[in-house]
Amino acid sequence: MVAFDEMHPAESGLRQPYTAYENWLNQQDPARLREKAADAERVFRRTGITFNVYGQSEAAERLIPFDIVPRIISGSEWRRLTQGIEQRVQALNAFLDDIYHRQEILRAGRIPKELIADNEAFLPEMIGVRPPAGVYTHIIGVDIVRTGEDEFFVLEDNARTPSGVSYMLENRETMMQLFPELFQKVKVLPVENYPQLLRQSLSAVKPSRVTGTPTVAVLTPGIYNSAYFEHAFLADQMGVELVEGQDLRVVDGHVAMRTTQGYKAIDVLYRRVDDSFLDPLTFNPDSALGVPGIMDVYRAGNITIANAPGTGIADDKAIYSYMPEIVEFYTGRRAILGNIPTWRCGEADSLKYVLEHLDELVVKEVHGSGGYGMLVGPAASKKEREAFAAKLKAKPANYIAQPTLSLSTCPILTQKGLAPRHVDLRPFVLVSDRVRIVPGGLTRVALKEGSLVVNSSQGGGTKDTWVLDD
Amino acid sequence: MLLGRTANGLYWMSRYIERAENMARLVDTGQRLALTRGAETAEEWNSVLSSAGADQAFAAAGRECDQNAVVDFLLRDPANPSSVMSSFETARNNARMVRTALTRETWESLNEAWMSLKRMLAKPVDDRDLPHVLDAIKRETALIRGAFHGTMLRNEIFDFAQLGIFVERADNTARIVDVKYYVLLPSVSWVGSSLDNYQWEAILRSVSAHRSYRWEYDAEYVPTNIADFLLLNQRMPRSLSFCYYNLTQSLRYLAENYGESPGCLARAEKMLARLTGSSISDVFDTGLHEFLGDFIRDNNQLGEEISTHYRFY
Repeated sequence: MVAFDEMHPAESGLRQPYTAYENWLNQQDPARLREKAADAERVFRRTGITFNVYGQSEAAERLIPFDIVPRIISGSEWRRLTQGIEQRVQALNAFLDDIYHRQEILRAGRIPKELIADNEAFLPEMIGVRPPAGVYTHIIGVDIVRTGEDEFFVLEDNARTPSGVSYMLENRETMMQLFPELFQKVKVLPVENYPQLLRQSLSAVKPSRVTGTPTVAVLTPGIYNSAYFEHAFLADQMGVELVEGQDLRVVDGHVAMRTTQGYKAIDVLYRRVDDSFLDPLTFNPDSALGVPGIMDVYRAGNITIANAPGTGIADDKAIYSYMPEIVEFYTGRRAILGNIPTWRCGEADSLKYVLEHLDELVVKEVHGSGGYGMLVGPAASKKEREAFAAKLKAKPANYIAQPTLSLSTCPILTQKGLAPRHVDLRPFVLVSDRVRIVPGGLTRVALKEGSLVVNSSQGGGTKDTWVLDD
Repeated sequence: MLLGRTANGLYWMSRYIERAENMARLVDTGQRLALTRGAETAEEWNSVLSSAGADQAFAAAGRECDQNAVVDFLLRDPANPSSVMSSFETARNNARMVRTALTRETWESLNEAWMSLKRMLAKPVDDRDLPHVLDAIKRETALIRGAFHGTMLRNEIFDFAQLGIFVERADNTARIVDVKYYVLLPSVSWVGSSLDNYQWEAILRSVSAHRSYRWEYDAEYVPTNIADFLLLNQRMPRSLSFCYYNLTQSLRYLAENYGESPGCLARAEKMLARLTGSSISDVFDTGLHEFLGDFIRDNNQLGEEISTHYRFY
C-alpha cells in the first residue's frame, strides 16, 4: 500500500503547493538545515514548551519533537475543508442542544436510544439547560486525515477540551524565527491572531446579564497537568487570568476569583478541567480542581462555561460512527467531510467481521483517547491480536473498528535528508455568534518510519502547517 | 487586578531564588574558612549550618558534620527544602504557576538556571569543582535578577516579588550575624585580641561585603562597624535597614494602588523607624543577640501579615 505523499506524490513529481518551498529548499545547505533543526529544539526547551507524559515520571518534562519541513495546504484545498468543518461543528452543536432537550433524533430513530442513555459522557444534569447564546461546544479540534488528492476524512471530533493549539502557534513562531526569508518567498496565511479570535469568540457568548466587556478566565487543573503550558500561554495571550479551582468560589450567585483586593466575579470561564471535576457538589465529590456550586450558577445563567458540560456525548467514538446521519439530520445536507467507515463491535455482524479481519483493522476503545488501548492490526503480532480478540469478545460494545487507512505522508528532515512520514491535521474551530477557523492547525507526524500513530504520547511529533494565500 | 495565589507565587518565587543564592554564599564562606584553618573545620561547618537555618534538619538526617556532607546537604539534598536545588525547584514551580505574570525573559532565565543547575548538581560536587559550581549558582541568580529588574513593569506584580526578596534577605542577614554575634561583642573581642580577622572577613564575605566594608569604613575590622554595616547601613544592599527601606517602599506602592492603609505597612514602617532611629551602640545596649532574635521574629510576623492581608491563601 503506497501512501499519498503531499509533497512528492509517487507518479507525478512535485505537487503545486510545494513549488515555492522546494525552490527555496534546493538552495539550502543540508548541514545548515540540520543545525536549524537543533536550534529549534533549543528554542522550545528554553521557553518551557514541554509535555508531561503520564506514567513516565523519569521523563516528567519531555519535548514534543518538531520537524522543520512545513506541511503545506493550498488556499482552495483549505476552503473546501473549512466548508466541511463548519457544517460539522454546526451539526455537533445542534445535536447537543437536541440531545439535552427534545431528543428529536432519538424519536426519529436515527440513533439508538441506549447509545445515549447508557453513555457515561451523557450528563443528565444538563437536561433542559440552555447555555448562553445556545452554544455548547465552543472550541473544537477536528482531527482530519487525508488519503489522496481529494480524499479527506474526519478521524475524530474533539468537542470537550481539545489541546494542541499552543503548538500550532509556537511552531509558526519558531519557523519565522528560524527562516524569516522563507516567509517573504512564500505567502502563508497568519495563525497568530488565534488568541484574539478566541477572546472575541468567548466574549460573544457572555451571559445575557453582562452588558459591558465580560471578565474572562482560563481554568486549569494546575502546573502538573500535561497541558499546563498551553493553559498559561492562552491566558497570557488573551490577556485574561489563569485560575485554579482553589482561586474560585461562589459569592452572591456568581463564580468569583480571589484577588489581592477581594473576590471578583467571572463571566466567561474557559475551562480546561474535565466535566467530572468541575463541581464536587454535582459530579465527582472528591474533586479539588473544580468549584463547589458552579453548576447552580451555570443553570441560573450567570456564567458561561466553555465548553459546556456534557459535550463529550458528541465526540464519543460510538456516536462518531453516526456522524453522517447526524449531519444530515440537522443540516438537511450530506456531510461534506466524510467519516472513516466504522464497525460498531456491539453489533453481532460487525463483531464477526472485525474478529475475522483483525489483521487489517484498527480497533479502538470507545472511550479511550491519546492512542492508548488501541490495536493497530497490521502492525501487531499474532499474540497481541489474540489477546485483543479476547478483550473484544468480553466487552464488544466497548470497541469500534476501522480500516487501516493509508494516511498521507509529508517529508521530514532526517540525517539522510528528506523522508516521508504519515501525518494528520487538527484544525481549531471556534463557535459563538459565528464560526471562526484560523487557517492551518496542528499537523502531527509519526516520526517512526511506516508508523501510523501520530500521538505525541506514542512518539509523534509536530510540524508547522501552512495554508497558502493563493 | 491580581489573583491572591499569583501574589503568593511571586512572593515565594523570589524568596526561594534569594535563598538559593544565600546558600551558595554560605557554602563559599565555609569552604574558605576550611581552607585557611584546616584543623577545627567541623565547628565552622556547624556554624554554616546554623546560619543557613539548617542545623536541625541536618542533625535529623543523621550525617557526620564534615565538608562533603554539609556541602551536599546545602547544595543538593532533596530532603532539605532549602538546599540550592530544592530552592530552585520550588522557585521554578512557583514561576510556572505565575507564568502569565512574568516577562518571557524572567521566565526563561529562571528556567535555564534550573536546567543548568539540575545538570550541574546531578552528582555530588567534587571539591575541585566547588568554586566553579558556586560561581555558577551566583551567576544564574544574578541573571534572573537582571532579567527581572530589566524587563518587569513596576506594578503590583513587581511589588509582591520585591516583598519576597527582602523578607528573605533580611532573614538571611539577621541569621548570619546572629550565628557569629559573639565574635562581634566588644567584651569578648578584646579577650581574644588575636581573634582572627578571618572570622570577621568570613561574615562580610558571606554577604559579599568584604570589599565594600573598606569603602565605607576604615580599613581595620572593628566589630561595631561591621555590625553597623550589616544591620543599619542604608547603602549596603543586604543590610536589615536596606531591606526594610525597600519593603516599606513596595508596601506603600501597594497601599496607594489599592487605596488602603494595611497593618502590614504600619508594622514595616515601625521596624524601619527602629532601624533608622537606632545607633549601633543602642543595639549593643539592648544586647545584639536579643535585638536579632526580636528582629527575626518580627520579620516572620510581617511575612505572615502580608500573606493574610493580600489573600495569598
